[in-house]
Amino acid sequence: MRLHLEDGAGFSGGSFGAPLDQPVAGEVVFNTGMAGYVETLTDPSYRGQILVLTYPLQGNYGVPPPRPGGSIDGPFESGRIQVQGLVVQHHEPRYSHHAAVRSLGAWLKSEGVPGIQGVDTRALTMRLREVGTMRGVLIPGGFTASEAFGHASSVEMRREVFEQVAPRQPTCHGPEDGPEVLLVDVGAKDNIVRSLTARGARVHRVSGLEPFAGAARSAAGIMLGNGPGDPGDLRELAAELRSVMEWFAGPIFGVCLGNQLLAMAAGARTFKLPYGHRSVNQPVRDLVSGRSFITSQNHGYAVDEASLPAGWTPWFQNLNDGTNEGIRSLERPFRSIQFHPEAHPGPEDTAYLFDAFVEECRSSP
Amino acid sequence: MTNELTKPRSVIVLGSGALQIGQAGEFDYSGSQAIKALGEEGVRTVLVNPNIATIQTSEGMADRLYLNAVTPRLVRQIAEAEGVDGVALSFGGQTALNCGLALEDWFRSAGIQVLGTPVSSIRDTEDRGRFNARLAEIGVLTARSIVCHTRNEAREAAREIGLPLMLRIGFALGGKGSAIVDTEEELEAALTNIFGAHDTKQAQVLVEESLRGWKEIEYEVVRDRENNCITVCNMENMDPMGIHTGESLVVAPSQTLNDEEYQLLRTVSIRTIQHLGIVGECNVQFALSPAGADYRVIEVNARLSRSSALASKATGYPLAYVAAKLGLGFTLPDLKNAITGVTKAFFEPALDYLVLKAPRWDLGKFQEAGTRIGSEMKSVGEVMAIGRTFPEVLQKALRMLDIGVRGLDSRAFAFEDREDELKNATPRRVFALAQALREAVEEGTVPEAVAGIHRLTRIDPWFLYGIAEAMATEAEVERGGWPIPEATLRKAKEQGFSDESLEFLTGKPRGSAREARREAGIGPHIARIDTLAAEFPAETNYLYSTYHASGDEGVGSPTGDRRRILVIGSGVYRIGSSVEFDWCCVNAVQAAAELGCETLMLNYNPETVSTDYDICDKLVFDEVSVESVLDLVDKERPDGVVVSMGGQIPNRLAMRLHHAGVPILGTSAEDIDRAEDRNKFSALLDRIGVDQPRWAHVTDVAEAERIVDALGGFPVLVRPSYVLSGAAMSVAHEHHELTRILRKAKAISPEYPVVISKFEEDAREIEIDLVANQGEVVLWAVSEHVEDAGVHSGDATLVLPPVDMTIPTLGQVRRIAQQIAKELRVTGPCNIQLLHRDGISKVIECNLRASRSLPFVSKVTGRNYARAATRIMLGADPGMEHRPLYELEHVGVKVPQFSFSRLMGADPLLGVEMASTGEVGCLGDSFHEALLHGMVSTGFQRPKKGVLLSLGPPRWKHRFVRTARTMAEELGLKIYATSGTNRVLRENGIDSTEVARVRSEQRPLGAGFDFPGPLSALDLIDRGEVDLVVNVPVAYDPEGRPDGYLVRRRAVDRGVPLITDPSLARHVVTALVRHEENTLRARAWNDFLA
Repeated sequence: MRLHLEDGAGFSGGSFGAPLDQPVAGEVVFNTGMAGYVETLTDPSYRGQILVLTYPLQGNYGVPPPRPGGSIDGPFESGRIQVQGLVVQHHEPRYSHHAAVRSLGAWLKSEGVPGIQGVDTRALTMRLREVGTMRGVLIPGGFTASEAFGHASSVEMRREVFEQVAPRQPTCHGPEDGPEVLLVDVGAKDNIVRSLTARGARVHRVSGLEPFAGAARSAAGIMLGNGPGDPGDLRELAAELRSVMEWFAGPIFGVCLGNQLLAMAAGARTFKLPYGHRSVNQPVRDLVSGRSFITSQNHGYAVDEASLPAGWTPWFQNLNDGTNEGIRSLERPFRSIQFHPEAHPGPEDTAYLFDAFVEECRSSP
Repeated sequence: MTNELTKPRSVIVLGSGALQIGQAGEFDYSGSQAIKALGEEGVRTVLVNPNIATIQTSEGMADRLYLNAVTPRLVRQIAEAEGVDGVALSFGGQTALNCGLALEDWFRSAGIQVLGTPVSSIRDTEDRGRFNARLAEIGVLTARSIVCHTRNEAREAAREIGLPLMLRIGFALGGKGSAIVDTEEELEAALTNIFGAHDTKQAQVLVEESLRGWKEIEYEVVRDRENNCITVCNMENMDPMGIHTGESLVVAPSQTLNDEEYQLLRTVSIRTIQHLGIVGECNVQFALSPAGADYRVIEVNARLSRSSALASKATGYPLAYVAAKLGLGFTLPDLKNAITGVTKAFFEPALDYLVLKAPRWDLGKFQEAGTRIGSEMKSVGEVMAIGRTFPEVLQKALRMLDIGVRGLDSRAFAFEDREDELKNATPRRVFALAQALREAVEEGTVPEAVAGIHRLTRIDPWFLYGIAEAMATEAEVERGGWPIPEATLRKAKEQGFSDESLEFLTGKPRGSAREARREAGIGPHIARIDTLAAEFPAETNYLYSTYHASGDEGVGSPTGDRRRILVIGSGVYRIGSSVEFDWCCVNAVQAAAELGCETLMLNYNPETVSTDYDICDKLVFDEVSVESVLDLVDKERPDGVVVSMGGQIPNRLAMRLHHAGVPILGTSAEDIDRAEDRNKFSALLDRIGVDQPRWAHVTDVAEAERIVDALGGFPVLVRPSYVLSGAAMSVAHEHHELTRILRKAKAISPEYPVVISKFEEDAREIEIDLVANQGEVVLWAVSEHVEDAGVHSGDATLVLPPVDMTIPTLGQVRRIAQQIAKELRVTGPCNIQLLHRDGISKVIECNLRASRSLPFVSKVTGRNYARAATRIMLGADPGMEHRPLYELEHVGVKVPQFSFSRLMGADPLLGVEMASTGEVGCLGDSFHEALLHGMVSTGFQRPKKGVLLSLGPPRWKHRFVRTARTMAEELGLKIYATSGTNRVLRENGIDSTEVARVRSEQRPLGAGFDFPGPLSALDLIDRGEVDLVVNVPVAYDPEGRPDGYLVRRRAVDRGVPLITDPSLARHVVTALVRHEENTLRARAWNDFLA
């Protein structure tokens, strides 16, 4: 089988995971984390994408058994593998780990997700970096590239992608007596929920595609989760958030897509980054304390700091490229960050931000 | 810069001294980086390090250099003289750290600021009790352990924790003195070792829960003064807890940890160093349970370590450089990452490859040394392989070790008891794994075999499956025969099989696999290490090759028309080849750069400066073999290749590279071969009329005896061709020994002939290092051995200029050297060794490459021979004038460093096989001053109570009388002597007490005669009654003279200075008389050379 990119580049390799009968297409993105494929593959932010892992050996520690229905336990970050396909240099079918019961390939197969191995993922990543994020298609034998693009199954990325990852039903998690946090979810990782409940919060997880102003009435705080796609396609959500912000007295905390939504609600713009940040080693600086942290990131869009309206200010900054990594209101307890303090995968250095948020919710009027 | 005020003006940097087991070349890397980092900030640097072979002790590094012992007294004297206001003690290993700790109070009172981690934090990490308590404060788990100061306390603690147990000694270097005990008997034996047979020794021992079988994981963590932290890299030991990390195969990043475990240990590392208040770099070692997320912090090294050097090379992150900047008060976000230019120092590298470190042992060089590896470090070097799969890096690494294997060869070694080999590891365990898994492949029982081996070794099955995968391919290649199907060939190359290995497996001649690859278009590609897995552009110059890449990166030259020079590095450090060749290579690169060349460096040793990102234009971190060099040359097309600077590994490639059309710089490959081939060389000397010991060429073991008779009988010197450091050079004293040596020599290098020559006794040995241009000697320097001939030149004490040699002799040596240089058309470096007796000099050895003594000669004379040689090889002038030896107003002495104390049971006896692991070189106004500096630098302590003399051959007993009298009368030492020696001393009126070497119950075999006296030599050593042992063995004793051995060994085990050569002992005594205690003063190299 092979992976064909929009710009004409092709990479052939061997099949693993689910057998590829029909071409599968999606935006091709990479992640440079060295461990954490279970977390990454189930991260809803990757919905509709073909994921390239740059670390050459994948599957070493296998995959744990499936979690029971309704569970939000880790290491899974959602109830399914979210990617359209997986691209690796070398899949290791002989895993070894006390928690594992199946190989990475077997897991992909059980969820119908194709994988391709034997690809020089470094060369592929350099291509993606140089040309920019592109669509690609995984092609079984017998198809030409143009046929494949025509017949490929893919996820429509403007609307459908959010519908696929937003919760169908609201759910509640955590201790009943905890401060109530409304999680506005268009693809939030389960560990955001776990990070909040572990600190004693009661989490109401609702779809961000439905009106949520009513639910916000009873919440002590609002959490804006991460998600896939282009924030520009979530104008309705941003607009509703903007109206909620007019009266909401408690804290609002956004993560990743949540940062972009909060910025849009405040009146700022977002833009597409030339390379995106897709790794677990992104350095950011807290502009308030001056401290720096290593963070987990996965985003292709960023907040345009110059467009921040009065009353808002940058909170965190990326040390590598100077792009915005968080914003905060100077008057209200509204703030958000572009990176992932919930980690999974990646460093847990900024988990303290959840401490502060839940604490604020607790003391919220 | 956050705190401008704290930046010191002038900093004293403490080095690590001579290379020894547990403390080797990695500290040249870290010290050199630190000196550069400080210098960049305008800080004046003063370096104290007697290791003359290092890069850091080169001109142009520190502003002031002291080739002196890193001892509190001398460091204090230097610090005062230089008026420093800062001290860096984390770049010179345990030696520097211990010295710094001893001077803590003085530093404070003198207003000298300790850069980086505060001393109190260092103490927290060094004192096991304090360490555990500090970590308990933040709930970080450490192994359950109890600090004990007596045998009874230790017994009590053992009862409480329960067997098996780990015993550790505080302030230990490289796990020295640690042991796992499973039984009561083992516990008692270990305690005897620690506290002495009569509980007389002061020691702090830690009795710990044994975590054997847990995964051993390390993190390299960096913290700045503002509490910003990163982990640069983690590493996983393939050999789990129980085998010292210096003895383990280690991969980076970790392979069998999931994200939860990876982050758990990362977070604990950061919390730990934040709590301890480390500023700079730090290594945290963990035991991780294979059954769940349970861990123990085993150790924190609050300084640069071997692991941090490895992590630097594994990731491309310049740890030592950054640590030095942090010590000046910079913060991580302030600093740019110099290697990428696009990232900050506050950044965690992402690898898109893996590395494997493998240790190199030389246990076979030591008589009586144990061959098991365990919780103590015994390895003498290491290699690092880079690739994208485990079999690939493992096979590369095993070849890099230069132990004569083609990779993961299942038939490399035969094992009498393979299960025992697996369970009780030796350096060959990995080959036992390969063999067992190859059999399992044949029998179709791989999963069962993996499970069984895992039970025996606790090695994670993931690694075992990787080995099994390679073994399946080995079987496939072997079964399939020739031609190897293309898919199989590609797979084999991707799994790291060498061409030579494939040729061996299919019985094809050399060159076949390369040809097959060419036809199939299968070759390696060059890939870049950019620290960020290609996430965004970073143009580093750090490269490796792999068959998993689909195209080349970084090949070719952006500048175009410069001459491109490839310098082939020295490869793995081992006994006989270490940092001195790295010095030569780095100087070659620098000299070539000065002449405007574009420089490429090929090397694979992570503990070197030559593999630093800022040394050359392009670093290819890869194997040094004909295959790898030809692959590289095919891509880069260098204008010249330097093979003469990295010691024997590159040198022996010369002929085959030359035949393949590679442009070798300097002396031609044919002429190198004429010197290396013993037979050709001996014939050549005869032809040009240069004297040599009588010799003969041996091809058949059966005829050896007749040849020996013809030479005039035993003893004889046996030398195979292309050897270094006497790897197979031995003295045979009788027929059986000769037969044994010949068999061994044949196994080592079957292709080359063996020469036997008459071994001259009672001769002096001299060496001449020279640089020649088209056969004309341009620079030359003669050194003399202090010991009598017969001690390997690497183990000998060298003095330059010679002190016992006449002008006519010097002239004779010079003439011989010129004759040889002319005949071999030498262009570049050359070293000739000669025996001198009764006015006649005879050549015994000639190498047309940089020698071990080149940095010593260069730094003593102030003439950089390596640079001059490189310039000449590149067609330029030498760039310096020869300086006649008689113009030197100082004397340099090179003193070997031994590591016998780390090699349990090894007989600390010197012979024709080299045994030293490192060396120092010190300067003085006189020979004896320099000698004493050198002795002190290698750990010699002035004797104050008594000396034990056992002087071997009768002639020496008589010759030593005057020295013994000096010891008794001028040094005030009480003399103890064994019977024969005692008799001679008393006959000469010296007050000596006779002792037996051992009491009969101290003798393991119970053989030998008994002495009625109450105390044996062993008792005197144990009780601290003697603080110097002079033990001269008789020339040859087939039984290995067990009693003498026991005495020598006991001296080593108890840390009592031991001298086994009478000439050396005589000079040391003279030096001690001339320089009273605490009068030895350090003087800067810059001032000697001024």
